Amino acid sequence: MAAWNPRIEEMPRDELQRLQFKLLKMLVYRLYSFNDFYRRRMKDAGVHPDDIRTLDDVRKLPFMYKRDLRDGYPDRIFSAARDELVRYHVSSGTTGKPTVVGYTRHDVEIWTESLARAFTSCGLGRGDVVQVSYGYGLFTGGLGAHYGAERIGATVLPTSVGNTERQIELMQDLHVTAIACTPSYLLHMGEVAEKMGVSIQDDTDLRAGILGAEPWSEQMRERIQDWLGIRAYDIYGTSELSGPMFTECTEQKGIHIWGDLALAEIVDPETGEPLGPGERGELTVTILQKEALPIIRYRIGDITVMDDGTCACGRTHPRIGRIQGRVDDMLIIRGINVFPSQVEHTLMQIPDVGRHFQIVVDRRGALDTMLVRVEVAEEAFSDKITDLMVVKKKVEHRLRSSLNVGVDVELVEPGSLPRFEGKSKKVIDRRSM
Amino acid sequence: MENPYIIKQISIFSENRPGRLAAIAEALKGAEINIFAFSIAEADGFGVVRALVDRPEEAYRALTDLGFRVSFTEVVGVKMRDEPGGLSEIASILGDADINIEYAYAYSGRDAAVLILRVDQVEDAIRQILERGGELLEASRFR
Ligand SMILES: [Zn+2]
Repeated sequence: MAAWNPRIEEMPRDELQRLQFKLLKMLVYRLYSFNDFYRRRMKDAGVHPDDIRTLDDVRKLPFMYKRDLRDGYPDRIFSAARDELVRYHVSSGTTGKPTVVGYTRHDVEIWTESLARAFTSCGLGRGDVVQVSYGYGLFTGGLGAHYGAERIGATVLPTSVGNTERQIELMQDLHVTAIACTPSYLLHMGEVAEKMGVSIQDDTDLRAGILGAEPWSEQMRERIQDWLGIRAYDIYGTSELSGPMFTECTEQKGIHIWGDLALAEIVDPETGEPLGPGERGELTVTILQKEALPIIRYRIGDITVMDDGTCACGRTHPRIGRIQGRVDDMLIIRGINVFPSQVEHTLMQIPDVGRHFQIVVDRRGALDTMLVRVEVAEEAFSDKITDLMVVKKKVEHRLRSSLNVGVDVELVEPGSLPRFEGKSKKVIDRRSM
Repeated sequence: MENPYIIKQISIFSENRPGRLAAIAEALKGAEINIFAFSIAEADGFGVVRALVDRPEEAYRALTDLGFRVSFTEVVGVKMRDEPGGLSEIASILGDADINIEYAYAYSGRDAAVLILRVDQVEDAIRQILERGGELLEASRFR
C-alpha cells in the first residue's frame, strides 16, 4: 500500500537531514527567545542557538530528563499560552508527581499525522475497522490511536479497556480488522474468546494488531501471530513525546521514527556519548515540531538500537529496534553495560536451561564479577558431571558472547530461582553492600 | 527380555549447599524407600547424587514432587573378590572390549564389596564381564 505521505516518507536521506536541521534550528531559536526554562538550560550548558550549525550539533544541547518535567509540574515549562491548549494528558507517576502534557492544535495535528503514517505503513486504511482497546482518558493510548485511525479513513470502534466478552462480540459483529491494545490484553482476549467458543483466527476478520504500551518479545509476537492468525506490529511512544507515535511497517523490521517529527539519537546511558547504528544504548528524542511542551534530547530511559539503513518498504526514515530494557535496570560490569533482559534473551535460546535466572554481581579485589544462576532443564540433566559441565560452559560461552563480559554460570536446582518479575530478586549487587 | 543384570540407578541434581543431601534422604525415608548404595559426585557449585534403591519409580516420584531434577541411569554391579587386583581386572576386561567406564563407586554388599559401574555400552559390558568369569549382581537383589 502506498505511503500516507510519500513525499516525506520516501524523501532521500540527505534531503531529510537538511529538513531536520532546519526544523531543529527553528526550534532552538524559538525556545531560546520565548522560554525561560530552555534558555536557562542552554545558557548553563554554554550553548547559543548560533552554535547549531549542523545536524550533529544537536549534541551540544543539554539533555532533558523526566525529573525536569516533574519539577515543572503542572505547566511551568510549557511554551504555549493556556488559551492555545486544546488538550491535556496526564501520566501517572510511579514515584512522586505525575507529568502533565499539554497540546496545542498543532501538537494534536502532528501526533495524528505521525500515527496516520504509521498505521498506513502497517497496511491499514479506508475500509478497515480498528478496535481501540487502549484506555481512553488521561492516558494517551486510546485517543492517540483513535485520531490516527480516523485520519486514514478507517472506522474506529472505541471500546477502551475492559468487558472483554462484549469486546469479542463487537469484534465479530462489526467485522473488526485491526486492534490496538497491549499484547497481554490481546492474549487475554484470545483466551476469553476460546472460552466463549470463538476462535479469533477462524471466527473474526481480525488481521492486524498494533501492540505496545508494555514490553514484549519476539517470542510473544510469534505466539500471537500463530495463535490468532494476525500480523502483530510493535508501536512505540510515551506521553512526553505526545503518546504512541511510531510503529513497525509491514516489513516488521524495526519501528520507523519519522525524521521530520522526531530526531532520535542513541547515547551511552552512563556517559551520554553518541553511539552508532547497531550499538545498544538509551533512546534520546527531540520532537522537532512540538509547541506546548517542547522535548529536546529527552532521555526516555528505554534501551534499543538504531538502524540507519533504508527499509525494504521504501521509507527512508531511520528505525529503532524493539525496546530491550530500561536504563534503570542496567548493570555496569567492568565498564560494560549489561541488561538483565539480554541475559533472559540469551537463556531463552538455550534449551538446556530454564528461562529464569538470577544475577549476582560482586567485586573481587578491583574486579567486578558476574555470576548467573540458571536452572538445569529436564532434557539437559545427566548423571554425568562432565555433561553438566558442558552445559555450564556452553551457557557461559553464549552469555559472554552476547554480553561482551566474562560470566560465571552456576547450575541450580529447578524451582529454586525467583519466579516473579522485578529487579530486586533477579539482580543481587553485592558491590554496594 | 530385560537384561537381569541391568540395575536402575536414580540420579539427582543437587546444589552443593548444606541440607540438600539430608533433604533427599528425608524424602526417600518418608516414602519408605530403602537405599542400598549412595554416591555423590561434586563439581563447581553443583553435584549429582546417585543412589540404588528398592523402588526407583517411587523414589523418582517422591523426589520430583519436591522439585528435584531426577533421571534414571542403567548401571551394573560387579562383585569384587577378596583378593588384590580385582578392580584392575574389571578395568582391563572393559578396556580390551573398548568399553568406557563413565564412573564407578563402591559399596559393601551383604557378602562382598560391590563396584557399581556406569559404562557407555551396558549390554556389551555385561556380556564381556560374564564371559571373562566376572560375577554380576542381579537387579532383583535390590527389590
Ligand atoms: Zn519500513
